[in-house]
Amino acid sequence: MKVRVTITLKAGVLDPQGKAIEGALRGLGFAGIDGARQGKIVDLSLAETDPDKARAAVADMCEKLLANTVIENYDIAILG
Amino acid sequence: MRSAVVLFPGSNRDHDMVKALHSVTGVEPTVVWHQDATIPDVDLIVLPGGFSYGDYLRCGAIAARSPAMLDVARKAKAGVRVLGVCNGFQILTEAGLLPGALMRNAHLRFVCKEVKLEVTNNDTDFTRAYSKGEVIRCPVAHHDGNYFADPETLARLEGEGRVAFRYAEGTNPNGSINDIAGILNETGNVLGMMPHPENLIEALHGGLDGRGLFESVATSVAA
Repeated sequence: MKVRVTITLKAGVLDPQGKAIEGALRGLGFAGIDGARQGKIVDLSLAETDPDKARAAVADMCEKLLANTVIENYDIAILG
Repeated sequence: MRSAVVLFPGSNRDHDMVKALHSVTGVEPTVVWHQDATIPDVDLIVLPGGFSYGDYLRCGAIAARSPAMLDVARKAKAGVRVLGVCNGFQILTEAGLLPGALMRNAHLRFVCKEVKLEVTNNDTDFTRAYSKGEVIRCPVAHHDGNYFADPETLARLEGEGRVAFRYAEGTNPNGSINDIAGILNETGNVLGMMPHPENLIEALHGGLDGRGLFESVATSVAA
């Protein structure tokens, strides 16, 4: 089973990389940008075939390693 | 005073730390490999600077889950003094031994320079050789030293005197909240700091400002 974890900074946590991206896009002439936030994606291949069990296992992985919940949120998507 | 320095793949300030500890305490520290599940009985465990695991995932994230760190957590809970410098500070926050997180420097650049540090609290095992409010010189070298904590955590740190060091005289090099350079855990036996006191130990370093930290620990151990 393929599972995608998307990790993003929590709202209110300064994201200097997102700010730099936003500035660069403006520099290229893109108008109407209200903000840019950078995150990361981790794609996992699991032996587990039950989506609920896979989701629970990945949530545990997020809490213990993949995300730093002091500053980051995570989202788990079952890709099939 | 007996000490141990934990070595991770990608540590690069371990030699400086070993030399500093030897210079101040007169005893050679034990170097412990991160895969060792047991750290010897010592008075001080040090996590040195560097780029453990190439800063993959997040700075200090992988190192924080190593077998040696499980024992560091056990020993910290039992009251053993633990010092984390630079990457060591990042590892301590990732391991949950210190609150908050070290974020990318606000200006996105790696900083390698000398800053001024105010000894915000000198009533700690790590700072008693300094006087309160004393400003010392100290080098920094990092890309992710921008300390962040939520407002409640920050208020607790400030209220409980757990900010040990603050960047002084406008030298905050990374955008760290409240100019925080080093913090203590609730029980005062774990200190994490971004600047490198181990690099101002001998006259050849250009100053001795960092010696006080190691002398403080030695004094506390002897007491």
